Order: sequence, then structure tokens, then C-alpha cells
Amino acid sequence: MINCKVNGIAVQVAEGATVLEAAKKAHVKIPTLCYNPDLSPWAACGICVVKVEGGNKMLRSCCTPVMEGQSFITNDAELVEIRKTVIELILSTHPDDCLACPRNQDCELQTLAQEFGIREQSFPKRLKDLPLDDTTGSIILNPEKCVRCGRCVTVCQQMQNVWAIEFLGRGESTRIAPAADVKLGESPCIRCGQCSAHCPVGAIYENDQTREVWNALMKTGPEAKTCVVQIAPAVRVALGEAFGLPPGTDLTKKIYTALRRMGFDAIFDTNFSADLTIMEEGTEFLKRLTGAFKTGLSLATKNKSLPLITSCCPAWVDYMEKYYPDMVPNFSTAKSPQQMMGAMIKTYWAGKASVDPAKIFSVSVMPCTAKKFETHRDQTMYSSGYQDVDVSITTRELARMIKQAGIDLVNLPESEPDSPLGPYTGAGAIFGATGGVMEAALRTAYALVTGEELKFVEFTAVRGLQGIKEASVHIGGHEIRVAVAHQMGNIQEVLDQVRAARDAGKDSPWHFIEVMACRGGCIGGGGQPYGATDEIRTKRIRAIYDHDEGTEYRCSHQNPYIKKVYEEFLETPGSPKAHQLLHTHYEERPLFLK
Amino acid sequence: MAKKNFILVCGGTGCESAKGDEIYRNLIKEAELQGVKDDVQIVKTGCFGFCEQGPIVKVLPTDSFYVQVKPADAKEIIAEQVIKGREVQRLLYKKDKKAQDNVKVQDIEFYQKQFRIVLRNCGVINPENIEEYIARDGYMALEKCLFELKPQQIIDIMKASGLRGRGGAGFPTGLKWETAAKVKSDVKYIVCNADEGDPGAYMDRSTIEGDPHSILEAMMIAGRAVGSNKGYIYIRAEYPLAIERLKVAIEQAKAMGLMGENILGSDFSFDVEIRLGAGAFVCGEETALLKSIEGNRGMPIPKPPFPAIKGLWGKPTIINNVETLANIPVIITKGAEWFASIGTEKSKGTKVFALTGKINNSGLIEVPMGTTLREIIFDIGGGIRGGKKFKGVQTGGPSGGIIVEKDLDTPISYESLVALGSMMGSGGMIVMDEDDCVVDVSKFYMEFCVDESCGKCAPCRIGTNQMHAILDKISKGKGEEADLDRLERIGKAMTKASLCMLGGSAANPTMGTLRHFRDEYLEHIRDHKCRAGKCKDLVVYSIDPEKCIGCGLCARKCPVPCITGEKKQPHVIDALRCIKCGECFKACKFGAVLVR
Repeated sequence: MINCKVNGIAVQVAEGATVLEAAKKAHVKIPTLCYNPDLSPWAACGICVVKVEGGNKMLRSCCTPVMEGQSFITNDAELVEIRKTVIELILSTHPDDCLACPRNQDCELQTLAQEFGIREQSFPKRLKDLPLDDTTGSIILNPEKCVRCGRCVTVCQQMQNVWAIEFLGRGESTRIAPAADVKLGESPCIRCGQCSAHCPVGAIYENDQTREVWNALMKTGPEAKTCVVQIAPAVRVALGEAFGLPPGTDLTKKIYTALRRMGFDAIFDTNFSADLTIMEEGTEFLKRLTGAFKTGLSLATKNKSLPLITSCCPAWVDYMEKYYPDMVPNFSTAKSPQQMMGAMIKTYWAGKASVDPAKIFSVSVMPCTAKKFETHRDQTMYSSGYQDVDVSITTRELARMIKQAGIDLVNLPESEPDSPLGPYTGAGAIFGATGGVMEAALRTAYALVTGEELKFVEFTAVRGLQGIKEASVHIGGHEIRVAVAHQMGNIQEVLDQVRAARDAGKDSPWHFIEVMACRGGCIGGGGQPYGATDEIRTKRIRAIYDHDEGTEYRCSHQNPYIKKVYEEFLETPGSPKAHQLLHTHYEERPLFLK
Repeated sequence: MAKKNFILVCGGTGCESAKGDEIYRNLIKEAELQGVKDDVQIVKTGCFGFCEQGPIVKVLPTDSFYVQVKPADAKEIIAEQVIKGREVQRLLYKKDKKAQDNVKVQDIEFYQKQFRIVLRNCGVINPENIEEYIARDGYMALEKCLFELKPQQIIDIMKASGLRGRGGAGFPTGLKWETAAKVKSDVKYIVCNADEGDPGAYMDRSTIEGDPHSILEAMMIAGRAVGSNKGYIYIRAEYPLAIERLKVAIEQAKAMGLMGENILGSDFSFDVEIRLGAGAFVCGEETALLKSIEGNRGMPIPKPPFPAIKGLWGKPTIINNVETLANIPVIITKGAEWFASIGTEKSKGTKVFALTGKINNSGLIEVPMGTTLREIIFDIGGGIRGGKKFKGVQTGGPSGGIIVEKDLDTPISYESLVALGSMMGSGGMIVMDEDDCVVDVSKFYMEFCVDESCGKCAPCRIGTNQMHAILDKISKGKGEEADLDRLERIGKAMTKASLCMLGGSAANPTMGTLRHFRDEYLEHIRDHKCRAGKCKDLVVYSIDPEKCIGCGLCARKCPVPCITGEKKQPHVIDALRCIKCGECFKACKFGAVLVR
């Protein structure tokens, strides 16, 4: 441990801890802008400077490790003046249209300006009039608003290992854009939206589609639509943050009520279709596994039937198609819960409710920006004969819609989803957290193989924020090895091991791999309320598992409505009909379109 | 066969660009034509330093110092000097144009107060011939380090010598080496920083051009001391001659077993690679330089960790500047005590400066630390050109500050220059006279920083631009007094809150001129007047009808043209169309063109 003082307060910190961390421990707040706890410090903004007693330099507290016996001053007249000048300099390159900005009242620069009492702008504006990039359909890059904090670049390159964006130009012309200045839509961008979740200002944000949803909801007469909505597992435990509730507040049943009040005709839960995904993906896994039991794992590895890799995450699918196209056969062909729900609504439910599928407007509320792309990713997303999901909006967009509708979400009465595509099991609920898909699959796979129900359904080894998690389970006398990776940058290590084993003619280290692109899984998605940290992610995850524990059924195959759907409509998991509606395919995509 | 004469032709970039190479070739041709090629050896050397008088040709053993030589002079030099044994009088250095007496080399003031360690071989040996370097004790230090000294002993010598980094910041070299030596690592790197970028500075270029082997030898000594087998020389691509000479030197050293595997039969191996920089000033900053070598965008990263602990590709890396390295072989051969006896208490040895600007003897000089600026400017530099009044001297290039008359007697050291609001920097020294405008000079340096800011950190990226805009406004007579406070506010924020020294020192020239010449800034603002006549927007040219005789010369020189008038009648300047180039002012022999 290292001893130091922050403004005279004695603090002990671990070796390597930064001044900023020491200050936090002493309950001293040092203002920051480019710093983000998820990322290694880029040290660009110069706002977090502090003084060290006996030295004449100012140090950046975000990246300076504490040394034994040092005494720091984090606040005095000179520091405040310097910080204020730097903030004013940044403001001189930032447009003043806060009122029309997607980050109005949720902007870190605006907060700094407010806290430092900026009442005049001493320096003339130096704006660059750079064009907007909206080519991905998921996220919009507005370089005009960019403060060059570097967070998005660090996220995209280090955290996600995608390398879609880079710094271009020098000096004042420095800006964020894909390499070679192509458009984002032509770049390796996987639309995970982590850049937008980490941007401190309104420079990268989700493509707001709330107007399309309102338009559908408000159409009357012959134009009127039957508006149907589904909400994803991770939305319910994070939405409350946008309404001042503590992270991890579970709002499931209040959200149902809110959606009804907004005018949706039927409210379904993506947790249900997550159960459906488990039935399809679990069956697919068992089929591949039984094959491997006969041929041996090394052959299954060689012909790419194992390991099976999950494909619920559209950003991950995009990444795989661009960076690991040789692994296409390893991917589960089961569609994501969003797309399964979309297909079921416009076929099964439309029939049951006697609604013309052409008149259905299907909305999904997702923690994710990549889901916007998934709705039209390829022809299989039109399996009902129509676009299965018409619009996908993020948690942030839903929060705005609820506020626009004047709905007092926090004090709303609770209600239930509509059936039969509403009721779900705990297995569907945990899809929202890293390890959740794996755990849900194992719960059902165990039953399908052994014909027995699990006594203890919780596979805790695959839970938590560790980047790569491994576990082995014994099912019916076989040892099944699984791996779970989340946060795109962690995937490479796993896949490279599989590749190496395959190329060497050896057994894959794992039979089944779950991948989610965002840190913590969907609860840390790029479309979730701003400001996610590991502390917040942990609370959201806790809420997901609490939700699981509170459900009547904990395994997907136990869901009576799932059984009903198969009996009435889909026949059996993996049936031709199930394949037509609930499965998709993948192909190699170029990193750069140009 | 012993040669009777040696002719040394300066092969530095300055003299080369003034037809130095043609002089060299003509001399060879003439020696052949006149049948004396066996009596004379003609050698192209590194820079003599006295660039003001270039191209320079020196003949031994007579020590004849020929200045401003032209290619056509080759014939006479061979005919007179080599054949008849007579000096070519008209080419010998004279104190000034009117002076009749030739000055002997040892009496030339330019060289009198100089003391050459770094430049010991420049202008003396043929840099493309390793044998000449060896003949001057070259590679002796390496041999000593391989067979007589233990690595720790090398480090101890460096520490005892008191050598500090010549790149600008002055960090003790021995300490840096010791830090890297202590880190356990399979791979370590030695990097030579030859990314010289200050406007007007060419110390490192000349050192490499004149004595490339000294750099290679020093890098290998550093490698031996810290346990590294791999070196990189990061040099800007705009230095083609220096790069070429380095390549030749590396080849020759390898061919002689002085570089590569098992050097001189020892267990020590070392290899050097050249990496070309694209000329970004920020890549002289060590962390940005390493990023650039790695193939990344040259942007500084926070320190610590310092490169000596975690540098190139995450491995311990020593980064030493060219001039620092050039000192090292001499320190090893002559000893730490000898080196430590030169200079001041805290700044040991010598410093090379590139002396330029409004000075009589511009050129490359090397003086012991502790020499005063007055000695440099008025003795070595021969004072201000054209008898004008000294205004200030800028050390440290765009990172330094202006030093004024009252501080000229300060002995030069790292600390004293910082105390004067400037810095040692890498050694650029630009002298200004009364015709230089402080606003204009500050604007020039700020524009340089605007162009060279990498764009990473906000204080530098935005601050340089805002300051430049304000300086530009003032130079156009559109400034207001509050602008001076703004300059100081931004300057302070940049100095304190920038990530690297580019931003951290970019405000120095402005801050210095504001401190010493605030009245001139106020003149620009209040009176819309530029007393030096440099700020074009504040200058009005007119013709005094009393003095004008109507010769029409001004009108003929005017590029616009905007001067009209009948022959032998007073002429008139159309002020609205005038572009203020000053050609008429220079042309008028009667002092009739007025500047206001």
C-alpha cells in the first residue's frame, strides 16, 4: 500500500493507483472530461490537473500514479482558473445549440460549464462545419460536437478491438472518422454503440427513431396500425436510471403499463422469445453434440460443427462475419430473441388475433444500437413475408418517449404482458447478462439429454464481469466445456484458441461458446442509459438474477406457453417451420465496403 | 605516397546547397588537369560551422581558410596553392569586406571562444571514411567499454561526468541509463533522437553529416551499458545527406566488425536501424517519437511510465539526442573528470548552438557551458548586422523565450535560461534587432505551434489557435487591451495543463515578449503602430514630394503597380492598392519614400 495525502487528508491506496483514485478514496472530486473508468486514460483534456506539494508542475490526476509520501492539492484558486480556461477553450470549439442536442441535460461538458459557473465565453468560436455521418442507421457521428476526448477511439480499438474509428488530421483539424475517411457504414463498424455510450457529449448518439414509432401509434382510420411491442431482458433493469432511480431497479411491470398507455395494442416480452431461442439453439447444440460423441471432438472441431457459438448478439454477428468468416459454420443458426419474436408476432400471433400482418407495426425496445441494423440484416429477417420487426428503439429512446407521453413511470401501477408471447421463465430473463444465454442453454440441455430436471439451476461459474469465463459441466456422463466472453476485445483470445486447435487437428478447448459484444452483456449495451460503470453494471446484473429467482419456472422448456406454441404452430424444435421462421444464415462481409 | 597538400571542402548541407559539391568536383578535375593529383588529397568534410562565410575550403598544412569560394575558384586554388605554394589572397577570410588584412585561422573571432567536443571531427575528417574516424581515436571508447569496463562502470562514468540531455530538458544521462539498466527485460532499445525540428536549428544535422560514426559508437556504448542489442535512429526524412552518411557509416562499421554480431570478437552484438520521420515537430517528443517508430500516429502519451522503464513496444528504452550521444565516446576516452571540469556547477561540458538571425557571423558554434550570451552574440557572432540595435535573442526555438539586453551577461546553463523565461532547448539561437517586431515574432512562433500541434490535448490544440488568432488581430491593429489578458490566461493554461512540452512551452515566446515589450503590444493596440514596420496592416507608405525627384525607380520596382507620376515630378502612392511590400522604400535613393 502507498500512503499519500489529498488536500491534507491521509489516504492509503494500492500500488499503481492514480491520483484520481486516491482522491476518490478521500471523498474529493476532481473534475474530468476525457477520463472514463472503463478505459485506460487518454489524458487529452487537461481538466483533471492537480498540484503536488514541492513540485512546480501540474499533473494529470487521471494517469499519474501516486508515489509514497506525496501530498496533492486538487483545488485552489490557480487550479480553478486553469480548469476554467481549459473549459472555455473547449467551449470555443463546441457549438452552443445545447437546446437541440441529443445530450441536453445529460452532457458532461454542459455539466462542467455549469459547475464552473461559465457565464461568458471569453474566446471567439472556432467551429469547423463538418458533415454528419448517419450511414450506419444505428449510430450518428456529428464531428462538429466532438471534443476530441478520444474515448470513442479507445473504446472502439482497445475495449472492442473493432478499429472502425481513428483520429484523422492534425492540430485543430484533428477529428474522429473511420480510417481513410470512409463513412461509418462502409467501415468495420459493428454498430455496438459503445462509442455512443461513452461519448461525453452529443458527438456520437443513437439514430433516434421515436418519431417513426409515434407516427405508427397515432395513425387513425384506414391507415391505422396494430402496434405491437416487445421489451428486451436488459431494458427493465436500466431504464429507471433515466428517471432518477437507482441502477438495478426492476421496472418490468411498470414498463408494460407505460407501453399500454403509450397506445400499444399488444405488449410482449423478449424474455419469452429468449425461451424460444433456447429451445431452438439448445436442440441445435444437442444435435451437434451427439454427432461429436460419435465422431470425436477433433473431427467435429475440424468440420466446424463444434464448438457451437451463440449468435443472439447482432454486433457480435457483424464482427464474426467481418473478422472471423472462417467460423461461420460454428455459429448457431438460431435467430436472436428479437427476430424470433418479430417472426412469431406477424405469423402465429397475427393468426390467433385475426390481424392482417400487413397492418401490424412491430416495435422492439432494446438495450442495443446494433439491433436497429438486425431488423433488416438480410432476407431471413422478412420471414413472415413482411419485415418481421419494423423498428427497434433503444432504452434511451424509450425513456424519452415515456417522458414525452407525460407518463409518471416511477409511480405507475404494475400490469402483466399479453399472452401467449408474454409469459417467460427465469432462463429467458437472464439473457440480458453475460453468461445468461449459456446458463439458460445448460439448464435446458441438461433436461433434454438426461430427461431429468436440474435441482440447482444456477451455473455461477459463467456469471460476472470477468472478461472470459470457463466452466465444465457433466451432462449424462459427458464433460461439456463451455466458455463465455463479453466485451468484443476479449473474444479474439477465445476464437484464436479454437482456430489453433482446429488447424492442428486437435479438440476444441470448448464445446459451446457464448459471446456478447458489450461489457457485462446486454445490460451494458450501447443503447442503455449513459454513465455505465462496473459498479452500475454489477447492480443491473444483480437485478437480472433476482428477477430470475422470482420466476415460477427457471428453465425454458418448462414454459407452458412455449410448449403451447410448439403444439399449436411450430411442431417441434428444429422443424422445417421453425427453420423457416426462426433460423438465419451468415456470410463473409468485407471490412471496408470501398 | 605522402601528399603535400590536403584540401578540405565543407560538405555540410549549407555549403553543399551553395555549390560545395561542384567546388569539390572542380578541385579534383583541376588537380588532374594540372597534373598534380598525386600531390594533393581533396576531402569532403563535415560542417566547419562558419556558415555565414560558406562555402568554405580549408587547405593544410598552411591552414589557409578560404571563404565564399565559387566553383570557378578551383582552378586558381590548385594552380596557386598546390603548384606554386602561394595562398590565394583574395579568397582568404577577412574581418569585413573593406578590410585588407587576412586573418589567420587561429585568430578568427568566430572560432576563438569555441571549444569543440561534439563537433571535434566536423570539418576535420571525411565523414564517409571510417578510417579517418578511427585515426582520430574513433571506436576506442567502444573497445574500452567492451574489454575494460563493466556495464555498471560505464554508467558510473556517465554519472560522474555530469552529462545532461542535450535535447532540451537536461535530464542526467547516466541516471537515465541506470534506470533502464536496472529493469529486467529480454529486450531493450537504444533510440537516437535525430528529429531536429526547431526553426533555424541544424546542430544535429551537422553533427551527423560531419561525424556519423560518433553517434553509432555512442549508441553501442549505451547498449553495452544497459544491456541492449538494438538501436534505432529516428531522423527526419528532410535530412537526406545525414541519412546517406549514416547509411554509409553503418555499412562501414559492419564491414569492419565494429557493428553486428560479436563486435570485435566480444560477446556483445548490436544492430542499428534507421527510421525516417515525416517531419512532425511533435515526434521530437520522446513518447510521440516511440509511437511513430512503432508505426502509430505520433502523439504523446502520459509519463510515467518513463520510456527507460516502459518504452518502445513496452520495453525499456533509452532515448538520447544526437548531441548527447556525440559527447559520449570522448567522455569514455578522456574520462569523467575531464568532462566535468568543463562548464558550470550543474551544467557540464559544452553546448552546440545554431546561431542565426540578425547577426554578422551566423553559423554552428560550440561553447563551454557558462559562456555568456554576450560573448556568443558579440564576440563569436560578431555583433548585430548592419550596426543595428540588439533587441533580443530567442533560445530554444518555438519553445523558448526572448532574452533581452539586460540579461546578456548571464552564464548559459539549463537553470539560468529557464530562470530567464526561456530554455536551453536543442540549441537554436535566433538574434533579433530593432527591425524585428515582437508581435510579429510571437505570431510566427505561434503559427509554427499551430501547425505542429498534434491535436491530442485540448489546451495545446485550441490554445495555440486562439492565441494565434489574437496575435493576428493585434498585428492588424484590431486588438483590444483585454486581448493581452486573454493571451496571458490561455498561455498560463497551456503551460500548466498541456500533456507534453510542445504545448507546455508553446506560449513561451509570447509570454516573454509580453513581459519585456508590453509597450510595443500596446502601441499596436492603442496607436495602431508597428515601430519595426513589420506588421503590414499598420504600415502606410507615402512619398515626400519635397524629396522626390521623379526618377521613377520606385514605380518601376512596384509589383502592383500603384505608384504614378510624371517624369521629374513628385510621384504618388495609391495607398488603397499598395500591398506594403516595401520595394519602393528599398529602391528610393533619396529617402523620399516614407513609412508610417
